[in-house]
Parts: sequence; C-alpha cells; structure tokens
Amino acid sequence: MTAGNHFAIHANHASRYYQLGAALVRAVDDVSLTIASGEFVALLGSSGSGKSTLLNLMAGLDRPTSGAILAHDRNLAEMTSDELAAHRSRTVGMIFQAFNLLPRMTLEENVELPLRLAEVDRNDRPPRVREAIERVHLTGRLTHRPTEMSGGEQQRAAIARALVNRPAILLADEPTGNLDSATGDEIMRLLREINESGVTIVMVTHERPRAAEFARRLLQMKDGKLVSDGAAA
Amino acid sequence: MKLRDLTELAGRNLREALLRNSLTTLGIAVGVASLVAMLSLGVGLQQFANKRLASSGLFNAIFVAPHRTERVPGAETAASEKPGQFPALDQEARREFERIANVAEVYPEIRFSTEILYQGSPYMSVVAGIPESQRNGGAFDGMAGRFFSGPNAEETILQAEFARELSKQPDSLIGREITLRYAERQTLPAEPSSSPANSAHSSSGVPESSDSGISTTAPDSGLAPGFSVIPRQMNLRIIGVVETEPATGFGGFGRGRVLIPQQLAEKLGATQYNDLREILRGRSASQNYSTLTVRVQRASQVESVENKIKSLGFSTFSLIDATKNVRLVFAVFDVFLGIFGSLALIVASLGIINTLVMAILERRREIGVLKALGASDRDVRKLFFAEAGAMGLLGGLFGVLIGWLIGEAITFGTNVYLHRRDLPSIQVSAVPWWMVAGAIAFSIAVSLAAGLYPASRAARLNPVEALRYE
Repeated sequence: MTAGNHFAIHANHASRYYQLGAALVRAVDDVSLTIASGEFVALLGSSGSGKSTLLNLMAGLDRPTSGAILAHDRNLAEMTSDELAAHRSRTVGMIFQAFNLLPRMTLEENVELPLRLAEVDRNDRPPRVREAIERVHLTGRLTHRPTEMSGGEQQRAAIARALVNRPAILLADEPTGNLDSATGDEIMRLLREINESGVTIVMVTHERPRAAEFARRLLQMKDGKLVSDGAAA
Repeated sequence: MKLRDLTELAGRNLREALLRNSLTTLGIAVGVASLVAMLSLGVGLQQFANKRLASSGLFNAIFVAPHRTERVPGAETAASEKPGQFPALDQEARREFERIANVAEVYPEIRFSTEILYQGSPYMSVVAGIPESQRNGGAFDGMAGRFFSGPNAEETILQAEFARELSKQPDSLIGREITLRYAERQTLPAEPSSSPANSAHSSSGVPESSDSGISTTAPDSGLAPGFSVIPRQMNLRIIGVVETEPATGFGGFGRGRVLIPQQLAEKLGATQYNDLREILRGRSASQNYSTLTVRVQRASQVESVENKIKSLGFSTFSLIDATKNVRLVFAVFDVFLGIFGSLALIVASLGIINTLVMAILERRREIGVLKALGASDRDVRKLFFAEAGAMGLLGGLFGVLIGWLIGEAITFGTNVYLHRRDLPSIQVSAVPWWMVAGAIAFSIAVSLAAGLYPASRAARLNPVEALRYE
C-alpha cells in the first residue's frame, strides 16, 4: 500500500523485536495501519503491549526490525541518522508522561530549545516561543523553572515545547499518566484544541474512558499486535 | 546547532556542575602551568645565553681574509691558487662589502701593544679599536661610565683588570687622562731609497721627535716599499671602565685593555703586529688589510652575507656553525622540558575524560530529551566537544598565567641568590607570545582529544534507552 500525502503516518508490516538473552521479545509484531492527517488517535493497551515502542518508531527514535514506517510519504526505516533527527525536529513533536523538561532552564528556555536545535534564526525565536506559550496558557510563567510549576503546568510547558517548531504530528506518550484526574482532563482538552487546529495527534494511553472521550479513533494493542481499530464512541 | 547556541548550552552545562568542572579546569591549568613554566625557563635561559653570546660580538660577525694560504684559522683554502689570482683585501673590497645587503659595518681589526703613561708611570698595554656598533651590543651594559661620545673622540674605556693596575678604585679613574704612546707607520715611496722618509703625517698626535723615526726599505729587492716608524703620543680621557672586552675581530695578539673608538684607532695609523710580516711578503700594507670584520645586522643573516663575500673571491670565517649548535642544544633542551611539562597536562586530560563520562551518566536522560527534540548525533557530539574545549580554553588561560607567575617567582628567587653573591640580575624565564598562543592551543587540543571518547559515547546513546533512564 502506498500512503499519499493525506496520510500522516503509515505503518506497513512494521515489527520491532528485541533480543533479551535467549528470548526474542516481539515488542511490535507485524503492525500495519494508516493515520490520516488531522486525526486524533489513541493507542491503547496494557503495559508491555508495544504501544510506546510503536510510538517511538513513529517518532523516529527507533527503527523497525522489519517493515516500514512512513511519515508524510517518507520511510523512516531508510532515513539516515541526521534525517531522523530532522524528522524529530520538524515533522513531529513529542510529549512524555514525565514531562522531561530540562530542570535548569526556565519555561521560556525550555520552549526555545527545539528552535535552537532546528537552527531557527535568533530573531524569529521570541515570537514563536511566545506564541507556543500563549497557546498553552502559561504566559505568566515565562521565567519559572520546572520545579516552580505544577504537574499540569509542566505538561503544558512540554506541549508548548513540542509545538514550537510547528510540527504536523504530535506524539504523546501517556501525557496524563502523572497527573490527577482534573488536570489530566485539562491537558486532554488542550490536546483536542490543538488537534482541531489541524495537528495530527497520536496518543499512547492505558486510560480507555479518557481516550474514548477525547480521541476520535482508538487502536488497541496486545502483545505487539494491533488487535482492534475503531472510531471512539 | 549553531556555534552560538552550542556555546551557550555548553556554558550552561559547565555552570551546572560548577565545582566539579572548576576542579577539572584547575587540573588543566596546573598542567598548562607546568608546561609553560618549564618552557619559559628553557626559552629564558636560551635568550640569556643568546644575549651573552651576542654581546661577545662573535655571532653576527664574518671575518674576511685575502684568498691565500695564511689567513684566519678555519678559512677554506684553494690548493692551486696563484698570487694575483684573487682580489686584494683593500679599501675597494671594504667598500664593496659595505654595499652588501644587511651589512651593518666593515672594519679592520686594530690592536697594538704600546705604552701608557698615567701620573708619570709607564704601563705596557694593548690598545684595541672598538667600532660604533658595540654601543648597543650588550658588552658595555652595566659598565661604569659611558660609551664613546663619537667615532673620533679622544676618549678611552679601560678594561677593568688594567684599570685596577692604575688605581685600587677603578671607577675613580673616570674623567682623568692617560697618555698613549704609539708608533705611527708611514709608508715609504715606491722608488728605492737609502734614507728614511720623514714626511708630514695626518695624525692628530704630536711627534716626540720629527727625525727620530726608524725606516724599513727595500732597495733593489723587487719587494714592495717599506715604511717609517714615527713615535707619537696622544692624551685620552678615561670615560668608562668595563669588565670584558667585546670581540671586535677574530682576536689578535693580546687582550685589549685600552679601548678607543675604531675610527680614531684607524686614524692613528699605529704599527701593528702583522706589519712586518706584510712587508716581508711584498705587499703594500698601507693599501691592504690582513683581515676585515664584516658585521651583519642579525646573526641569521651571517650565512647569506658570508656566501656573497666568498663569491667575491675572499676567504671567510664565522661562528655560524657554533650558533647552529647552540640553537640545536636549546631546541633539544626545550623539547625535553616540553615533554616533562606536558606530562601534567596529559594527566589533567584524564580528568576531563572522567568529568565528561560522569556528565554523560548524569545527563543521560537529558541527552535522550535533546535527541527526541531533534538533536542529531553530531549536535550531541559537538556539545560535549564544546564543553571539553571550553574547559581547555579556560584551563589554558589560567595555566599560562600561573606558568608565567612561576617563571617570575623562579627569576625572583634566582636574583635574590645572585644578589647575595654580588652578581648582576638576570631574567631566567621568558613567556613570548608564541608560547602563550601555543600553550592555549595545546590545552584546547588536548582537551578536545580527551573529549573524543565521551562525546562519541554521548552521541551514540540510544534515545529510547536514555529517555527511560531514571
């Protein structure tokens, strides 16, 4: 199957195996799927089901053992290390369960970091940083360090950092996993808002009710395989 | 990542673990300081030796003789040469040498034994002409009194040993006068003659007796004309006392103890040791020099000027090989000092490796985040390189400063020791600009080399594993 430009991500019999001693772990096992541009997809599954591994393959943080992962028609498996870095910098943005903000940097500096890595002109950075921070409603926290912010604020800061390079795809790995219920809902609403602006979102979560409430499509994984694919209720 | 961003991030990372990075940088500084201190001593001693050698006046001089068998020691000889085959070492040759590029001065060595009268007592001594170039040659540094006021000044500088013969307090002689008695030679006409020629002379001296001269002639011999010897005397004001006589020529008979300006010495026309020999060889000594000293501006120019003079048909001798050997000895000395000095820097580089490897372990997750946000392996490698380079730069700067201070401290201690023994001060260390630049560059290079492994290891870090790291 050939993915056209209207597909954000396409996995074609993608597998990722690990050798752990004598055992072969099939973290992702022959998964094929297509995610259209503008979709909000939740990847569900229990711990060890392979959902995070699949997300890492989509992010270009890892390479499939076999098969192909295409992002906007380009096969990540065939990309060089530098091309994968460029993919992570410009095509996708990532947020994590543990936020992963750099603790010694202020909110503003954390959000500016991807712009530095993408070699964006210094004069263009401040407006883009402000725009991203306004989008997550953290304007008053510019000079605060992560330790001076709540969990919800940190995750919003992480979202601003992921969006500052204006990626087409946002990959979220358990974005509400470290948050209380109310804050988690707040983050989910923010993600839906971002998705409505045209950004494709692929979110890994094990919270089916929340996924069903906010995502438009639910993919269920088990033992590395995609076991169900359907629209959210 | 752009250089400025790289530098900012590296600086931020270095400030994050301030104590550890400062200690590592201090280790590099100590290594560089050791290197700089060692080399500064080597270079300082070399400069000191060069200065002392230069002040001897031998290393920027070429001694020229006519192309013949009897000449200054060491001159090359052509076995099949015939009289008249090679140019004469005369006034014309002297002017030709003066026109060669980089030649500062050309003069004959004038040195003659004579009698000195001081306060009515006679002293036998050797008079030597001192060229104007010796004014700044270093040999007269620290002398009592001053150098000659002009090239024809009727002044003298006494060699300290001789001055002590005249007075127990040599410095008290300055301003007093001595009388120089000498034998002026006057060339006889070419035609055979049985009577001495007592013609008028051009010397500023006053003849003791106008007809008391001795004549040497060559009647019917076919030899060159001889000369008359006229006794004369001249009063000279003592203007200085110097410990060592500078070398102004190859070194004729005796040590110059009464030094007078070269031009004045030439004007006196005093009979010299080799005059009789020249006459017996049939040469008109009034027109030909036995040797000429050609002084060049810098020792490095000796070789080219010497070759030029040789090509004109003269024999030459210089201490160029000796200076080469001196440079070689000091080069080897510097290499050994550099190696010993570098050992501390090599040890310090292990500190850099340790610090950066520790940083990788501590910042493993951060490296994962950077990669997830779009940092390439090259970006991560460059970031660690920049941190290593920054530590090298800072360590190099501080190291040069500490090394210079160590050199100055050694100079200070040496001079305290020398002063206690009533010896003059010397500068035993020197930190030239090339050493500053070289030490800092070497420090950065060693630091970058030390950063190779950690940077490469950080760049290869698997981002997925790094992000999982707690």
